[in-house]
Amino acid sequence: MTDSLLTLDNLTKAYPGVVANDKVSLSIGPGEIHSLLGENGAGKSTLVKMIYGLVKPDSGRMTLHGAPYAPAEPKAARASGVAMVFQHFSLFEALDVAENIALGMEKPPPRRDLSEQIRTVSHAYGLPLDPGRRVGELSAGERQRVEIVRCLLQNPRLLIMDEPTSVLTPQEVDILFTTLRKLSAEGTAILYISHKLDEIRSLCDSATVLRLGKVVGSCIPAQSTAREMAEMMIGTSLKTPTRPAGEPGEVLLNITALDLPSTSQFGTSLRGVDLQVRAGQVVGIGGVAGNGQEELLSVISGEACVPTGHITFKGQDIGGLGPNQRRALGILSAPEERLGHAAAPDMSLVENALLTGTLRKGLSRNGFLDWTATRAFAADIIDTFDVRTPNADVAARALSGGNLQKFVIGREVLQAPTCLVVNQPTWGVDASAAAAIRQALLDLAQQGAAVVVISQDLDELLEISDLFAALNGGRLSAPRPAYGLTLDEIGLMMGGAHDMEVAHV
Amino acid sequence: MMLNISLELLLASLMVAATPILLAALGELVTEKSGVLNLGVEGMMIIGAICGFAVAVETGSTILGFIAAALGGAVLSLIFAVLTQVLMSNQVATGLALTLFGLGFSALIGQSYAGLKPPPVPELDFGPLSNLPFVGPVLFQHDAMVYVSIALVAAIWAVLRFSRVGLILRAVGENHDAAHALGYKVVRIRILAILFGGACAGLGGAYLSLVRVPQWTEGMTAGAGWIALALVVFGAWKPWRVLLGAYLFGGITVLQLNLQAAGLAVPVEILSMSPYVITILVLVVMSADRRASLNAPATLGRVFHASN
Amino acid sequence: MIRLERRPSPSRMWTALTPVMAVLATMIAGGIMFAALGKDPVEAIRTIFWDPLFNEQFAAYSRPQLLVKAGPLILIAIGLSLGFRAGVWNIGAEGQYIIGAICGAAVGLALYPLDSPIVFPLMVLAGALGGWAWAMIPAILKTRFNTNEILVSLLLVYVAEQLLASMALGLLRNPEGGGFPGSRNLQQYDAAANLELFAGTGVHWGVVTAFIAVIFAYVLLSRHLLGFQIRVAGSAPRAARFAGVNPAALVVICLGISGALAGLAGMFEVAGPAGQITIDFNSNYGFTAIIVAFLGRLNPIGILLAGILMALTYIGGELAQFMLGVPAAAIQAFQGMLLFFLLAVDVLSNFRLRLGKPEAA
Repeated sequence: MTDSLLTLDNLTKAYPGVVANDKVSLSIGPGEIHSLLGENGAGKSTLVKMIYGLVKPDSGRMTLHGAPYAPAEPKAARASGVAMVFQHFSLFEALDVAENIALGMEKPPPRRDLSEQIRTVSHAYGLPLDPGRRVGELSAGERQRVEIVRCLLQNPRLLIMDEPTSVLTPQEVDILFTTLRKLSAEGTAILYISHKLDEIRSLCDSATVLRLGKVVGSCIPAQSTAREMAEMMIGTSLKTPTRPAGEPGEVLLNITALDLPSTSQFGTSLRGVDLQVRAGQVVGIGGVAGNGQEELLSVISGEACVPTGHITFKGQDIGGLGPNQRRALGILSAPEERLGHAAAPDMSLVENALLTGTLRKGLSRNGFLDWTATRAFAADIIDTFDVRTPNADVAARALSGGNLQKFVIGREVLQAPTCLVVNQPTWGVDASAAAAIRQALLDLAQQGAAVVVISQDLDELLEISDLFAALNGGRLSAPRPAYGLTLDEIGLMMGGAHDMEVAHV
Repeated sequence: MMLNISLELLLASLMVAATPILLAALGELVTEKSGVLNLGVEGMMIIGAICGFAVAVETGSTILGFIAAALGGAVLSLIFAVLTQVLMSNQVATGLALTLFGLGFSALIGQSYAGLKPPPVPELDFGPLSNLPFVGPVLFQHDAMVYVSIALVAAIWAVLRFSRVGLILRAVGENHDAAHALGYKVVRIRILAILFGGACAGLGGAYLSLVRVPQWTEGMTAGAGWIALALVVFGAWKPWRVLLGAYLFGGITVLQLNLQAAGLAVPVEILSMSPYVITILVLVVMSADRRASLNAPATLGRVFHASN
Repeated sequence: MIRLERRPSPSRMWTALTPVMAVLATMIAGGIMFAALGKDPVEAIRTIFWDPLFNEQFAAYSRPQLLVKAGPLILIAIGLSLGFRAGVWNIGAEGQYIIGAICGAAVGLALYPLDSPIVFPLMVLAGALGGWAWAMIPAILKTRFNTNEILVSLLLVYVAEQLLASMALGLLRNPEGGGFPGSRNLQQYDAAANLELFAGTGVHWGVVTAFIAVIFAYVLLSRHLLGFQIRVAGSAPRAARFAGVNPAALVVICLGISGALAGLAGMFEVAGPAGQITIDFNSNYGFTAIIVAFLGRLNPIGILLAGILMALTYIGGELAQFMLGVPAAAIQAFQGMLLFFLLAVDVLSNFRLRLGKPEAA
């Protein structure tokens, strides 16, 4: 193939116990927007890490511009014209935009020239940036711009983008797509990783589908239906959660005019949040990551205390109560960060069951621990939520992300909460397990619990929520019935394009 | 009672008193900027003190003495570097081990050097400047190391602020995962920063044994390394503020010594403990100020393991 | 090329085995050091590790000494280990030890020559309170102003040493001592003396307390909610807060316990083996206990064994000093080495060594 920019030929990479990539082949032409499609854990990340020189393949060959290509490190990849925008940004919060960009370049020009280049390039592609601003002060969308501009300044021939839209509002996604199309028209190839089928259909020229490390098919997205691609990606048909209609009951959780100053340097302050959750109701809270989601959860869980008069539960003021006092009342939560927040990474699953279950499961008597009962509780979670683990004594960090997520959600659900708040409940979980988790949340609501689901997955929220609200810069929009909301309306609730100018390309 | 303390002498000896902790603190600042907390400063200083002293006595050259001190400090810090960066041991525990080992090992080397006098360290010749009234003795009648330490402040400031090396160092200390993802050698950069810190601490120690005291006694650093660590916090990881802190501290030390000599009606022990108490008070004031502590490198003390 | 691969769970076997490997490696490295000093390495190692226990000439004196030295080390290390597990770094135990001794001795000296069974318990209480109060300084500064407890607790050691000097020369000086520094000898004041309880064993009240502390810590860590909270706080601070642990309370509790235990150790020492407050009363137990705590893997039973081992190096070291002329400083360096080797081999319990080509970058 003479017209191919990058060709992968039978790339294989195995880790202990798992083959991440099994003889993966694909080819990308100049200017082509090629989609790499697959579930979490399908091997997309490993594949692009090999292209970017972060991981070495066990076997197989890569060809770039007709010549053999085997980058030993990212530096070599960048020198060959391959650039990458990471899903979790590789940015330095305490440094400014220009410094961040300089770090991603081999031979950055002097500071003044660089700042000028940043301004020029970022405007040319409709992604305006101020080189002197600290990255920690930027929104997620702006941070992504930093990453993209960092890549663009090196005139890449191939740009790899790993799940770029997961942190963007719908309007920001439009800006990004315009930029990507412009790049493609100028001859830059783009390898676009995603599992969002609609995006791929509107943006990409071709697609390769991965499942469990293998290529299971390829297609031209514009000519395929989302359903066809989904079936290729998942391999089975999906069970969608059922949603029995029920009348919402009394107000359980009532938050009024709540302010919470940020505790960390680059955190978000909550401002004037109002939220009512009734028994039997699921309230979905959307919004781009970093707009106050963690803070909102901490206010409900009791990790952050607030003055009286802003948060009540069944009419009782709980602003000053700590996490365990709230657990006693039936308010449980599952934070987003599984390792280190929802679970202690180096402790066993039994100990992690004890972590939040002490009170409601009666696992201690006069301060002395009942390990037998704790073991039984851990076993119950593992059983009920199909947590795949050799036994309950392995450390939490030994579990895959999805399995640990099931454990964490299961631990809270099995304590029969009256009010449950979860952040990103299905992040990193495979499709069938995600469906099971959503069903468990719906079942809880049906039994009369108040459920708050914070998520960045809009499809998920629209699927299970009665009411939908969005967080933007620490403010919560007024909740609206989820049924019948359009994507445009949701985008506006999420804060449009964060008041940034729209691309003029 | 009139206290007969000359301001001129006080200020002149202030710079000498401040130089050891300034040198050590500068080294630790660079180490911490790379994200590594090395609590072994005290150990590296005292190893520097004995290495510098021994070599200076044996060769008669103070320059060789200082070089040996820097090497000695760096070699000791290499143990820390290997343990924490390659074998991923706990930085707090390893730093403590370094201090305990350094104190013991220096006493071992130093047995035959107690009571000796090191060769004198000449003052730098500033010509007529040194003869200026007041300013001359205060600023221009010191040995070269005093000026080296000030130059080092300027150099570290400039490198951190303007150079690419400095940018990479800060980046590694700020977010080692991101730096790794961009292809920077986190471990290698940190090891170099640790070695630099060790060499500086060694120099600081040698300044104690060759200039400030000047002789060798066991445990002669007497907490100077810990005070250097506190200075980094006090300076909010900024070189010029570390300099300021070191000179303030030097001033307090000299003042209390002068007060002791002048026979002030305060028990000697109270005066002797004052530098430590004041360091604690300063630490409290600094840490209560949230803006200053936010300046700390984000990955300070955290273990880095490149997982693919 | 060797590379490290993280184990899914820490290896139990290696956790138990690594201290033994560290001791062996230290013996080898120490042997090299002794050889460099011109001593016969085998004889030096034997003098340190074997003779105090099994050489008939010395054992009668050395064996009881083992517990006398191990007692304070274990007592202090147990307290420190609780803090270290919770991520609270009290490294100023030496200072708390000194203050405990001063307070304990002060009470005893104040009551002299009252002959009442209440004297000794009062001294114990004063010693514990003194150490506790001294540890509360870093604790309160930490919780109130977020001041680094490592630096504060350590700097307070130097302050405590000055206080000790001031006490030995002033307030607590023996009025009948002919102007020499140092207090009355408490061993000669029956109501206050901490004497050997069983002849020839070296067991005094401090040793008994140390054993009780081991059992207490063991139960606390394995069976009690507070112990669980301590472990969570050290291993995952955010998860601990999520689980309802109050980090400030934990700082106060951990520093308080370790301070009180160090104070007790100081008090038992001054009323027993040392006998009196002198300028150089403290003998680095507070720092050596840090090594003991790590050598014992922050585990109570481990600390018990490590304390005895470390006491052996003290006694053996003295013996080697006396018999072979090995300098005292060599023993200190030897102990530091032990901690190095322990930290170095520690990697084996959390990582697996893999032979093979390293990953890119």
